[in-house]
Order: sequence, then structure tokens, then C-alpha cells
Amino acid sequence: MSTAKISLREVHKSFGSHSVLNGIDIEIAEGSVVSLIGPSGSGKSTLLRCINLLEPIDDGEIFLDGIDISAPGFDANPVRRRIGMVFQNFNLFPHMSVQDNITLSPVRTLGVNNALARTKALELLERFGLADKVNAYPDQLSGGQQQRVAIIRALAIEPDVLLLDEITSSLDPELVGEVLDVVRELKNSGMTLVLATHEMGFARDISDEVCVLDGGLIIERGTPTQVFSAPQSERAQQFLERIIRAGRL
Amino acid sequence: MGTNSGRRAAYERARKRRSTVVATVSSLAVVTAIVVLVPHMPRWDRVHESFFNGERFANSLPRLLDAFVLDIKIFAWSMPAIVALALLVAITRNSRSAALFPLRILTIAYTDIMRGVPIILWIYLIGFGVPGLGIDRPWNSPLIWGSVALILTYASYIAEVFRAGIESVHESQRAAARSLGLSSWQTMRHVVLPQAIRRVIPPLMNDMVSLQKDVALVSLIGPIEILRQAGIDKSKFANFTPYIAAAAIFLVITIPLTRTTDWLMERERRRTTGTRIS
Amino acid sequence: MRKLTLSLAVTGTLLLAACGGSSSSSDTTAAAASGTGNECTTGKTLTAGTLTIGTGTPAYSPWVENDKPESKEGFEAAVAYAVAAELGFGDAAITWVRTGFDEAVQPGKKNFDFNLQQFTITDERKKTVSFSESYYSTNQAVVALAGSPAIGATSVADLKDVKFGAQAGTTSLDFITNVIKPSAEPFAYDDNAGAKAALEAQQIDAIVVDLPTAFYIAAVELTGASVVGQFPASASTTPDNFGLVFDLDNPLVSCVDTALAALKDDGTLAAIEKTWLSDKANAPVIAVS
Repeated sequence: MSTAKISLREVHKSFGSHSVLNGIDIEIAEGSVVSLIGPSGSGKSTLLRCINLLEPIDDGEIFLDGIDISAPGFDANPVRRRIGMVFQNFNLFPHMSVQDNITLSPVRTLGVNNALARTKALELLERFGLADKVNAYPDQLSGGQQQRVAIIRALAIEPDVLLLDEITSSLDPELVGEVLDVVRELKNSGMTLVLATHEMGFARDISDEVCVLDGGLIIERGTPTQVFSAPQSERAQQFLERIIRAGRL
Repeated sequence: MGTNSGRRAAYERARKRRSTVVATVSSLAVVTAIVVLVPHMPRWDRVHESFFNGERFANSLPRLLDAFVLDIKIFAWSMPAIVALALLVAITRNSRSAALFPLRILTIAYTDIMRGVPIILWIYLIGFGVPGLGIDRPWNSPLIWGSVALILTYASYIAEVFRAGIESVHESQRAAARSLGLSSWQTMRHVVLPQAIRRVIPPLMNDMVSLQKDVALVSLIGPIEILRQAGIDKSKFANFTPYIAAAAIFLVITIPLTRTTDWLMERERRRTTGTRIS
Repeated sequence: MRKLTLSLAVTGTLLLAACGGSSSSSDTTAAAASGTGNECTTGKTLTAGTLTIGTGTPAYSPWVENDKPESKEGFEAAVAYAVAAELGFGDAAITWVRTGFDEAVQPGKKNFDFNLQQFTITDERKKTVSFSESYYSTNQAVVALAGSPAIGATSVADLKDVKFGAQAGTTSLDFITNVIKPSAEPFAYDDNAGAKAALEAQQIDAIVVDLPTAFYIAAVELTGASVVGQFPASASTTPDNFGLVFDLDNPLVSCVDTALAALKDDGTLAAIEKTWLSDKANAPVIAVS
């Protein structure tokens, strides 16, 4: 039994006849940053959604702190309070203010008192430079601001792990930086992060481990240096070559 | 800057003036035509006497207003029940848990059957049929069971409206809510429903306007509300003016609602899309 | 030679017979069976040579039996055929049309020569249609099921707390509102079928309807129903005299009135009434004052 925060064993997932994950094995240590890179359709998003049980897996096991959370009938809600997720399209609740977006879950699922929740929300917003937006509505914010609010919303329930699903892919280039700064800060504060990303430079800078996915399998894994400078597998090499040619690395 | 902006402003002013003139003249022409030409039509006297008789109007009005109170009451107690039942049905229909499967089947049967039969039939079947099973007074009142028929029928239509609203809320909203640890019910209550209901306010108000008139159907099983009273007056005095009076009373209530609906729709449109292409 | 004479003689006799037949009074009855009206009715019917009669949809007993006026069974069916015969119309010259109760007395051109559906002659209705002389008069009556609070009532005072129902647009409904004046507003229905359904569902305690209909409902249509009583003719502001309904100012009315007078004089009308509407005296009278 490993002491990893999260470990996946032989995880399989299909949508109908289309199999997306074909046997994933991965160990994520506490406090580490793991990046998932790979071509579209390789299963990165699906893998993240399986980890926080948004998608049920077809075969294999997922362990959180040594407990099999993928067992049938396992209550997913407490799991999701410990594993937060941030999405590519922010998915803020448009009918609620920034403050309400952030306080909704702590109040409703953790039973946190309303006033306390609001105080903590304000603290988080200040920490990330968005205190003046506390009463704004999502449609009044820029993309970068919305995404930072989405991250704060996920942090408000104090998860152990944060899953980041291509969180900069929908942003204008000049707004990407402010979001990546937030992620850097989270890493520095010791949070366990798993991110699916196309930002190769960023992945190389902050990751402890990089996994390359293709066709539902991890075809290459290692430190950033190992993966980016000296990929072993042919498909990984092809992928990285294409990335470099596109000027993205 | 320069002459073009000045020229454009002048052009726009002239265009606006011209369209105002055209609109005014054409409206005046239509109204004048109606007011002047219609009385000259061959049988106008008879129509005026039969439909627009001032004396009959004044004579029926107090009775009609009195009867209309019943229509208002029926509407007042039916509408909340309809919304509540419709929400319940829509949420049940939308649920994903396996345990609720039999209930889901029930809701599908309910909406199919209630919507598949004319309301008048339901009024008779439920309004006469259920009390006929041997319920004691006052629980067998046609007001109760007629309202039940209205509630069951309208809720089946409005449940579909709610369902469309719920399904129009993107799945990603649910994904985000669930990822925050919110339960299925909490997600529905705090995230999906508020957005869904906001979206279906126009069709909802439409159905409300419809209900304001369909309450008159309860007259078929006995209670003398405005439509029946107008009919009694019509038979007694052999004049259709009581119907015109009843129509006027209905319009006083329904027009504010239709105007409000339009205003709400316009406000929503302005909020979401902004400019309007002409 | 003899064959030719014989055939000539036969042909000649036949010709004589044919020429003389149409003006012979002994052929009147033969003509009447396929008759197309008399001098009075000429030019006054909708269709020349045909009498178009309107009745209800459906037409109820005891006024028309089995909803088939052509069978001549039922009080109004019998009266209609008697009047038609008196006017010189044979059975083959009669066409029946069906109308709603209300539409027959509304202003506008009619699709019948006359209509009979227990229409009470009232001054208000006379503004929009014309009536013949009365062919029957009756009283309003109360029908109720066993156990109803209306049972045993002998005066209007006993009926104050009774929940009544009646057909909308009838003198029966007016009678409830203007004469009985119960504490609860009556319920109104499109037709007596609705009132009967409400009675069975116990949503109303009693129905007010004309006496013959009351008897029919009690005897045949509803089990456990009885006629509580009838109101004296003096009670109504308009006693219920039934008249045939015509287009306003229809000249045919005078022809029909003449026919009705004849039927009353020779006892035909009384006989028809005896056949189809008995028991007139068998309902107790409910006092009004």
C-alpha cells in the first residue's frame, strides 16, 4: 500500500463503445504537482473527472489516502469536498454574485456560518487581488478574473487536492499569466495539484512530474527535464516535436 | 470627426422625422376609417343594438363583476398549486437516481395523459366523476374538483415548460456544483432551478394568461362565474352585450399581465444580447 | 272491331277519371297523406310544400321518445304531427332539424318553420321570436333524491337552505332566483344532463324543472329520485305556457294558431296530453307565500 495521496490502478473508462482510458496507473504524492499533457482526446479531462468521481470508472481502483473511493456505492460527496476542481470554462454560477459563488458550498455542505464564510471568502479574494469584485456578477468580470474566482471558489471548501482541467485554454493570452500566478502560489503553499494543460512552458516550470497521455494510456512519465528534453517513447517524441514547431514550447 | 458626423446626425434626424410622420398619418387613417366607415355598413344598427347596447352593458355590469370574483378566487388558489405540482413533476422527471425510476414513469404517464385530453373533458370527468363516487358535502363541491381538474391539466403543461428550462441549463453547471461537494438536491435547488425558472418566465406568464380565462370552464359543472352569468343575461335579454362586457372585464385583468410579460422579455433580452440589428 | 271499341272505352273512362279526380272532394284524404300544406301555408314555409320543424338535441322524454320525433311518440312529437296534419302536411312532407335550446330563441334567421322544446312564452323572448298560442301549460316542480333536505317541503320556506340547480337560460333558473330565493346561489348547467349529474354527485340537493320533465326524471332517469312537489301557476311571474317558436313576425304563426285552436276544440290536444303526460295532479303543491 503506497503512501501516496492519490493513486490510480489500472483505471479503465469507456463512453459507450468508445474507450477513453485504457489502463491508467498513477501515483500522486502529497504536496506534489503533476501535469498531464497530450493531444486532444487522449483522456486528460476524463482522467481528472474520474478522480473526483464525476465520472464513474468501468474498471480499476482509485485510492484517496489509502481508501478505495471507487468502490460501488461509495458516497461521493465527502470525496468532492476533499478534491476540488476548476474547469476550462470557469462554470461560475451566473445568477449569484462572486461572494455567493464562493460561500455557497462552505455554508451548505460544511455547515459554516454565513458571516464566517463571507469573511473567509473576502480573505481569499484579497489574497488573489480581487477584493473589489466581491459583489460583482460573473458577467461583469474578465475571463481571467472569472477563472481566478473559480479557483477561489474551489479553495473555499479547503480541499486537500485541486484538479485543474485546462484552466487557461479559454483565456485571452494576456490573461493567462495572472491565472498561472495563482497556481504558482498554490504550489508554493504546499497544495497537491493535478493539472491537465496545454501550457507546456508552465508545466515544465512548476511540475514535479509530467505524464504524457495518448490513446488513454500514459506513454511517458518523469520529471519535466526527462520528458521535455529526452522523451523515450516515439509517440511522445512526435507530440513534443509538433508542440515545438507550433512555437508553444 | 468632421463633416461626416454632422451630416450623419442631420440625416438621422430627417429620417426619424419622416418615419414619425408616416406612422402618425397611417395610424390616424386606420382609426378614422374604422370610426367613419363601420357605422355606415348595412347592418351596423343591428350589430350595435345586439353587441354594443349601452343600457344592457350598464345593466349587466354589476352582476358580471360580482360573478367575476369567483373567477379571481379560482385563479388565486389554483395558480400556486399548479406551479408547485409542476415543479415537483419536472424535478422528479429530471432526477437521475435509480430509486426514483417508478416515479419518473409515473410523471411521464401523467404529463402524456393529462395533456392528451381536452380540458373540458377533464372538467366533466373529475368535476362530476370524482364526487359521484360518494363524497360528502362540502368535499364534493364542483369548485374543489373543477379546480383539481384545472390544476392537474395545467400542471402537466407547465411541468414541461419547467423541464425545458431545467434541461437548458448546461451540464457544466451541474459538474461545477457537484465538484464543490453539493448534493444532487442542493445542486437542483441552488444552481439549476434558479437559472431554469428565470429562463422560462415568458412561457410561464403565457400559461398564466391562459389560465385566467380557462377558469371560466368551471361554469360547466355548476358555479355561476362571469361567463355563465353573461350567458344567462344573454339568453334572458336576447342580447350579446353582456358578453362584450365580460370580455372587457377579462381584458382589464389580462392586458396588464401580457404587457408585463413583454417588458420582462425585453429586459432579459437587453441584459443578455445588448444591441438590436434593425 | 269489338277489341278496338273496348280499348277505346277503357281509355276514355280512365281519361275521364284522371281529369275529374283532382277536383273531387272525396280525394282530399288521399291528397292529405302526401299533402303539402293548405292555402294558408302556401308561400309561408321555408321550403315550398315542406314543413320544417325544429326540436332539441337530444330531445328528451316525455316530449319526444327515444330522441326520434319521426316516430310521433312523445307529447311534443305528437303535437307537432297533429298541427302539421291540421295544416295539410302529410308525414312525408315533414322535415326535422335539431337546434340547441338557447339558439332557437336568439335573434336571427331560423332554419325551421317552427321549433318546439318546452319554450315558455315570455315577454323578453317575444322581442326576438314569435310564439304561437300556448299548446300546453305546466308548473315548475322540484326533483330530489332520497335523503335530500328538500324532501317533504311543503312551502318555499322549507326550501330556503336547499342547494338548487337548473338549466341556464330557463324560466326554471329564474324561478329559483326570483321566487324561491334560497340562501345559497343556485348552480347552472348547459343542460338538464349536467343538473342530473350534479344531483347524483350530491353537489346539489334538488333540481327545478317543469313538471312533466320532473316526473320523467324521477320515474325513469334517476333511481331514488322523487318529485317533491309543484309550484302553483300563480307563483311564477310568467306562468309556464309552452308555445311554438317562429322567426319574428312570421306570417305562418296565424295559420298554426288556427290549427291549434281546431285541435283544442275537437279534443285532439287533450287526448295527446292524456296519452303522454299523465299524473299532472299527482304532485303535491308547494305553497309560495
